[in-house]
Amino acid sequence: MSREVMEYDVVIVGGGPSGLSTAIKLKQLNPDINVCLLEKASEIGAHILSGNVFETRALDELLPNWKDLNAPIKTKVTKEKFLFLGKTKKISWPTWLLPKVQQNHNNYIISLANLCRWLAEQAENLGVEIFPGFPASEVLYNEDGSVKGIATQDMGLDKDGNKKDSYEPGMELHGKVTVFAEGCRGHLGKELIKKFELDKGKDPQQYGIGFKEIWELKEEKHEEGLVMHTAGWPLDNNTYGGSFVYHAENKQIFLGYVIGLDYKNPHLSPFDEFQRFKTHPAIKSMLEGGKRISYGARALIEGGFQSLPKMFMPGALLVGCDAGTLNMPKIKGSHTAMKSGMIAAETIVDHLNSNKELSVYEEKFKNSWVYKELYEARNVKPSFSWGLILGIIFTGIDQILFKGKLPFTLKHKHADHETLKPANEMPKIEYPKPDNVITFDKTSSVYLTGTNHTDNQPVHLQLKDKDLPIKYTLGKYDEPAQRYCPVGVYEIQKENEVEKFVINSQNCIHCKTCDIKEPSQNITWVTPEGGGGPKYGNM
Amino acid sequence: MKILVAVKRVIDYNVQIRVKEDGSGVVTDNVKMSTNPPDDNAIEEAVKIKEAGKASEIIAVTVGEEKAQETVRKALAVGADRGIHIKVDSVLEPLAVSKILKKIVEKENPDLVFMGKQAIDDDCNQTGQMLAAHLNWPQATFASKIEVKENSLEVTREVDEGLETIEVNTPAIVTCDLRLNEPRYASLPNIMKAKKKPIEQINASDLGVDTNPRIEHIKIEEPPKRKAGIKVASVEELVQKLKNEAKVI
Repeated sequence: MSREVMEYDVVIVGGGPSGLSTAIKLKQLNPDINVCLLEKASEIGAHILSGNVFETRALDELLPNWKDLNAPIKTKVTKEKFLFLGKTKKISWPTWLLPKVQQNHNNYIISLANLCRWLAEQAENLGVEIFPGFPASEVLYNEDGSVKGIATQDMGLDKDGNKKDSYEPGMELHGKVTVFAEGCRGHLGKELIKKFELDKGKDPQQYGIGFKEIWELKEEKHEEGLVMHTAGWPLDNNTYGGSFVYHAENKQIFLGYVIGLDYKNPHLSPFDEFQRFKTHPAIKSMLEGGKRISYGARALIEGGFQSLPKMFMPGALLVGCDAGTLNMPKIKGSHTAMKSGMIAAETIVDHLNSNKELSVYEEKFKNSWVYKELYEARNVKPSFSWGLILGIIFTGIDQILFKGKLPFTLKHKHADHETLKPANEMPKIEYPKPDNVITFDKTSSVYLTGTNHTDNQPVHLQLKDKDLPIKYTLGKYDEPAQRYCPVGVYEIQKENEVEKFVINSQNCIHCKTCDIKEPSQNITWVTPEGGGGPKYGNM
Repeated sequence: MKILVAVKRVIDYNVQIRVKEDGSGVVTDNVKMSTNPPDDNAIEEAVKIKEAGKASEIIAVTVGEEKAQETVRKALAVGADRGIHIKVDSVLEPLAVSKILKKIVEKENPDLVFMGKQAIDDDCNQTGQMLAAHLNWPQATFASKIEVKENSLEVTREVDEGLETIEVNTPAIVTCDLRLNEPRYASLPNIMKAKKKPIEQINASDLGVDTNPRIEHIKIEEPPKRKAGIKVASVEELVQKLKNEAKVI
């Protein structure tokens, strides 16, 4: 096997906020460092999905003149609401009674995908080489075990792995330092965390699945600058989650729902909970007369401080949510991801210039405001394992009275794949049929994501044991993959009375939920051919 | 032999097209754009002919706004030697594009001009034919197989009745069908090399061509939503409905 090799000072895997901030900061500190950034999406931003209410703190430090550079950050938050929903009722919670971390008056409603496109322009202007459409599929190691770089995915293999006419071998990119910035549940990050035991002594990582739709509303129902969050219905007291509704520019709203992947009932369908949420009178009345124009979903990190792995290893660093820097009670991760990338860049420059150890990253990180934020936020998410009501009471005490300084740290007890109870012990959930006006099915939703994968290529959702879904998971958990996948990749089909587990990998939108939630960890997400996956616009 | 290949930047075929609310066009802001798919076949075929030693140079040309250069850059990454970008601010009609291409042909003197059979944005399927008329060259449209001979091409065309094989003398225009070949991927090293290949930029206004639109757009709207189907219980009922409700038999 001969692959071409390219040498760089720094190779960055992933063109999200953390990777791009790393690249920009590196070039600002030393324009002579050569930096290459790979992105699996067909273009920067096409795999980015986020709420997003943006705190500019990290960007203010990185590019203080972002306003002059015409950054796509325009809509200031002007009004905030927090609602507790019952089935038909709502209670509005006064915003002054919200913990400070949940107040947004200095923040902006943005599309993170568009911000990333803009950051990529800034990075390219500084001389960063950006290559979209090239997934890093493999970590390369030196003989001493340190990270040497990555290899890109082979292109043009058929579904059995044979070379097609269009076959193009992957190439090796070697870096003095490799930065992994793949986002939540990066598949190389996952390998590195395991190999270097970066999560030793940490709590298991916690995840959520986030859905987002963009709607164009009728003019009279749109309130530019309004940020609204809800908790409660349709989720029960024991399931962690809530909604967001952000009124952006051009009569658009960003509407979404996040559900903790530590849910227990295998009959729960996160997608259908989100759809059902939209039928609440308070939400439905807003959407009526409007039009859904985008849909997508992505897993996100919820573990925070307790689950944050060691972020350095020989030859490489983890940044952003490849490690897990999202601040859950703040419902924000972009500013912390960016800052983690900037700290990584400072570390790398010291390493290349004066041979300082990469372990300095950890010290620098501990002395930064990101660490302080994550430390103060640490007890919020685990307290919700006691249920919504106790969680809220505790969070009030912890965040408002003690400002996150209580002298103890609650633990995350289980990984998300361990929390499902057997299907016969849990109540079935009847979800209403979509009306195709306010609520939709998965088929019409996946269409809006623009996702596609060349059909004749190896399946990128791999089963460790091919028989397990039918032999075990179907009987015990009623195969929850049918429900947790937000685009219906997994189906149980009956053929001549024989049940078959079908993987429609073409529809995959790279959310990584299956890799996280599969109760036996039987599904592994690997990189498909470059350019595959969703083609999100302004998500 | 020199081959000129025309490529166009269009909305990616996977993206769901959204019509602007005021009916003035379709939304292109932050929408993923790509090379028009049959143009990829046109480039691939040119590169194959060059690899077979039957062509000496491939020039990729595009007519479009600043970012249309990406399309030329991609052609360079899969094997074109140099590029030409004709800069315009608005989307031009096929007639204007064919007049511009005529000027480029006169300047570059290629033996062959390849392009996709049509662009997936407006589906006009006119530019190649119009260029042939302007140049008074033979044309072979909807090519699914091309064989290069001395001073001529044998081209298999996809036509309604099946396949038609014709021979055209060179110089000639060939518009390419999707079945012509399987376009290769641009490899990372080739994308890097393509960044160093030259792209000549020419302002369309400097070519002395009348590019004024001949077509007036009155309104652009989405096609009506398909109504949900119904299930019928029997063949009789189906026939009934086709006769009385749909009135098609």
